[in-house]
Amino acid sequence: MKNRTKLPNIYLGIIMTLMYLPIVLIVIYSFNESKLTSVWGGFSLKWYEQLFKDREMMEAIKNSIILAFSSCILSAIIGTIGAVGLARMNFKTKGMIEYLSNIPIMIPEIILGMVFLAFFSFINLPKGMLTLIIAHTTFCIPYILMMVKARLVGIDKSLAEAAKDLGASEIRAFFDITLPLIMPAVLSGSLLAFAMSLDDVVISIFVTGPKVTTLPIKIYTQMKFGVTPEINALCAIMLVVTIGLILVSTRIGRKKI
Amino acid sequence: MENFKKRKKSKLWLTIAPLYIFTLIFVGGPLIYMVALSFMSRAEVWGIVADVTVENYTKILEPIYIETFVQSFKLAFSTTILITLIGYPFGYFMAKLSPQWKKRMMILIMIPFWTSALIRLYGWIIILQSNGVLDKLLMGLHITDGPLKLLYTYTAVLIGMVYSLLPFMILSVYSSAEKLDWSLIEAARDLGATRWKTFLTVTLKLTLPGLLSGVILTFVPSMGLFFIADILGGNKIVLVGSLIQDQMTKGRNWPFAAALSVVLMIMTSLMIYLYRKITHTKDLEGIL
Repeated sequence: MKNRTKLPNIYLGIIMTLMYLPIVLIVIYSFNESKLTSVWGGFSLKWYEQLFKDREMMEAIKNSIILAFSSCILSAIIGTIGAVGLARMNFKTKGMIEYLSNIPIMIPEIILGMVFLAFFSFINLPKGMLTLIIAHTTFCIPYILMMVKARLVGIDKSLAEAAKDLGASEIRAFFDITLPLIMPAVLSGSLLAFAMSLDDVVISIFVTGPKVTTLPIKIYTQMKFGVTPEINALCAIMLVVTIGLILVSTRIGRKKI
Repeated sequence: MENFKKRKKSKLWLTIAPLYIFTLIFVGGPLIYMVALSFMSRAEVWGIVADVTVENYTKILEPIYIETFVQSFKLAFSTTILITLIGYPFGYFMAKLSPQWKKRMMILIMIPFWTSALIRLYGWIIILQSNGVLDKLLMGLHITDGPLKLLYTYTAVLIGMVYSLLPFMILSVYSSAEKLDWSLIEAARDLGATRWKTFLTVTLKLTLPGLLSGVILTFVPSMGLFFIADILGGNKIVLVGSLIQDQMTKGRNWPFAAALSVVLMIMTSLMIYLYRKITHTKDLEGIL
């Protein structure tokens, strides 16, 4: 029996190792003195130093963070109150609007990118941060909707009703009762949206203007036209940030239960 | 009283107004424009001529573009098969772990899942490049004599695709297998079914929604992930995704790009529709 239970664990271990292999290698090579990834030139922090001196890279990071924050907050507001409305109301076009709002994560990203580029040119919206935020918000909303919807199923509708019966206004009942109850879902949905926005390259490439570069776009162009090991250092830093974010989100998730 | 009720209702309406307006303008609008655009034609020098033509759709039927669709399908298909073979057992075994280990595995899966997809691909460049980590390992072990030159090949693209999309399958299968009633399997075994038969008739059937949703979550994106083919395949492999991108940027034939997108969208929507028909569910399993 013992052997039988061990075999699956070995399998899980092997696949996990393969999943982490590229990431671990990047972190190791971020400390490599040599510019070549095929040679080990000794331990060095020079790529970290160069990374922080790289103006363009810093600008791209700044843009990405602004973009992720804006689209995350915007989609959290629209998505959260939208989910509450969808749960409480019944109207003819409800199914249609739910379906439509989910489309951005149901179709291949390339279509969304193409469609936005054509549409923004059609309505004469100059490409840049604004178009990026709009595009990212559309694919962030579904994550918030899904999370909040799932959470709303679990909470007692009568609580908000009771608050209203006791004289609280609709708005007051929302902020005092419903919102605190769904807050964990809003936060984990936002975190997911934030990660998705921060990582997006396909849609961003289409909707960004010549002046605004986001981090994934910068990495993508570097990967196509020659990589400097700065990227490795950047990856290592992003990894630390990601692990931090995940630890925070599991904390939030734990509170939920 | 009547009035009072009405006023309350109208306030609730406000909660979905932003979602409604935003979605209609920025999801509905662009999609309608895409369909309209696909029936227009491109101007001689620059821009679009607003006439009605099916030229863009007939153009897709030209052998060279049919070939692109076939190649994309082949790659998406191979990717999905490989991911199923690797991911299904993973999700299944994971669901059998102790609660504590389940949580740990979940976090371990989430970390690469959330790190930049591009960055992870770069790790594969380090591994696969000529005289890279893999070549050094194989040559060190005297398995191969010279570099394999795996980077910029079909194999490299396939590895990149499988690697990037595997977590979707794992999470889908896992969420299905987690809900599995293990006593049913025991019952089948007690009643004399063989291991294999139990798997086919009980386990597989009950985890089918997760498996199918994993198939969709890997197949649909893999039709459009042009950057993996671009980075690991070095422009040698042309997919529908890269074709659309080319038409939008270099080719400047937006109506044709729109027609390609419409066809791609119909194909993917059809898959999701079939999934819903087969499993009788509205939402995909395990997206979260």
